[in-house]
Amino acid sequence: MLKFILRRIVIMIPQLFLLSILVFLLAKAMPGDALTGRLANNPKMDAQTLAEMKEKLGLNDPPYVQYVRWIKNLMQGDLGISYIHQQPVTDLLSERIGNTLLLSACILILSYIIAIPLGIVSGRWTNSLADKLIVGYSYLSFATPLFIFALLMLFVFGFILGWFPTGGSVNIQVEKGTVDYYISKINHLILPSLSGALLSTVGTIQYLRNEIIDTKIKDFVKTARAKGVPESRIYSRHILRNSFLPIAAFLGYEITGLIGGSIFLESIFSYPGIGQLFLQSIMQRDYSVITALVMISGLATLLGTLLSDIILSAVDPRIRIE
Amino acid sequence: MKAELGGPQQVEVQTEKSPSSFSIMWRELVRDKLALGSLILLSIILLIVYGSSLILDKEEIVKVDLLSIYAPPSSEHWLGTDYGGRDIFGQLIIGARNSFTIGLAITLITGFIGLTVGLIAGYFGGVVDNIIMRIIDFILVLPFLMLVIVFVAIVPKYNVFTFILIMSAFLWTGKARLIRAKTLAERELDYVSASKTLGTPDWKIIVREILPNLSSIIIVNLTLNLAGNIGIESGLSYLGFGLPESTPSLGTLVSYAMNPDVLQNKWWVWLPASLLILVMMLCINFIGQALKRAADARQRLG
Repeated sequence: MLKFILRRIVIMIPQLFLLSILVFLLAKAMPGDALTGRLANNPKMDAQTLAEMKEKLGLNDPPYVQYVRWIKNLMQGDLGISYIHQQPVTDLLSERIGNTLLLSACILILSYIIAIPLGIVSGRWTNSLADKLIVGYSYLSFATPLFIFALLMLFVFGFILGWFPTGGSVNIQVEKGTVDYYISKINHLILPSLSGALLSTVGTIQYLRNEIIDTKIKDFVKTARAKGVPESRIYSRHILRNSFLPIAAFLGYEITGLIGGSIFLESIFSYPGIGQLFLQSIMQRDYSVITALVMISGLATLLGTLLSDIILSAVDPRIRIE
Repeated sequence: MKAELGGPQQVEVQTEKSPSSFSIMWRELVRDKLALGSLILLSIILLIVYGSSLILDKEEIVKVDLLSIYAPPSSEHWLGTDYGGRDIFGQLIIGARNSFTIGLAITLITGFIGLTVGLIAGYFGGVVDNIIMRIIDFILVLPFLMLVIVFVAIVPKYNVFTFILIMSAFLWTGKARLIRAKTLAERELDYVSASKTLGTPDWKIIVREILPNLSSIIIVNLTLNLAGNIGIESGLSYLGFGLPESTPSLGTLVSYAMNPDVLQNKWWVWLPASLLILVMMLCINFIGQALKRAADARQRLG
């Protein structure tokens, strides 16, 4: 097992290296450099000082020197300065990243709350009316694009019925720290996280359904039934026990979807998270922020898959890579 | 006496040929009412969209008419007008045509690349397979949506073709991995070894023998991908990073809903396009699911 984990981490190193190269090249390919943004605020600077500053910032160094410097800064948590907001990128991110993590966590928890009971019902009573409805729902949710669904949710529940706020992460008039503040925060979360969760259940439902259908005809289940174990206990103790850990392990693979989803959800519900920050930075050409966000997202995806692979192989030794 | 009895029996054996994968697929599609309905509905939509986009006067559609800004649906403008007084119905037709055509183009390009790479990696194995799989693994862990947006934002002379190329650069990987896994299993079967022993060249085994056996999986995968690609394209166009402005997409129409006033009060601008995307994607998916059942003998309806 330890050997597998080590091997899996070794595989990640070249991926990490490639990712950093890719992000660095993208940053270089973006029109304008760190100076252009700074100069925009100071039109009086002449060519002489410009050249000196370029030299001082190391923009004339060969690319590999710049790359090494960039990586060094990155490891020390220095992501550069946003020239639009005139503050360090790390400060800018820390304001937003909490919101996105909160939204993503809500989506994940809600999707499990919805998907696990549905998957169990669907697998236990196969071909019943409930099963058919659940399978129908999972087909629908698989086919529906997130941005259309979220927009329709916002239109119906936010505007027509007026049940939920239509934007932001909290009512700004409410004082921070009070009970009202948290209620308002939850209220702002319901619509976006429900939109995300309702469409991300299909994997869990199908996995659980297939697992149960496969397991419930196995010999150990028949034995338990013959011994007189009550049906509910057969499911809770014998069948489901094996299925739950892999579901938890899929969590790491969800990260790519959550990052993509947060871009759409935050844009539609004007929710101030990193997805919204990313789109704003792209439109304002705030390149240091974009580079940092791509790098962090790539890193999160890499670590997520690493985590999932390790948990899954611990559960099921057959899938260990040799 | 024996020969006489044997005669008709032999004929019977010969006529019972196993049906081709295409006729199985067709039979499954016709049996599944939902899929058949979807196929008919999708055909009608596509006929209307491609048919009327030939007739429609494109000059007329993009003409700004300041006298009828945000006009609600009427006999003159079936679905009303947008912020520039342009006809929504005409834009819907053009947008649906662009979205579908580009979704199809991306599907075919990624299908071709994925198939070629997957077959080569799966059939030859070894070092080639190892290198290809490492590249695929790497592309699969990249934050796809963010990178596409960054590329769209920084590519100089951005147009429809660059958009298709950017999307295809990321989307071929899933297909290549699927085809590789299936080829790997197929390679071990007796007919391939037999063919090899007979001295059939590798490319002939791949193209003439393995490829036909994968055809049903490929068709299913392409169908489901087509729906997905239309969704991704219109989603990116919604965010403003999809098709360039000169080629409006259904997502472009939906993006007008970013203005809360349009979203709340002027449903005719964005709702038809949203529903059209939804209906097209559902139809393609239902057809794809029926084909998927046809490809898997255990799940067939009959």
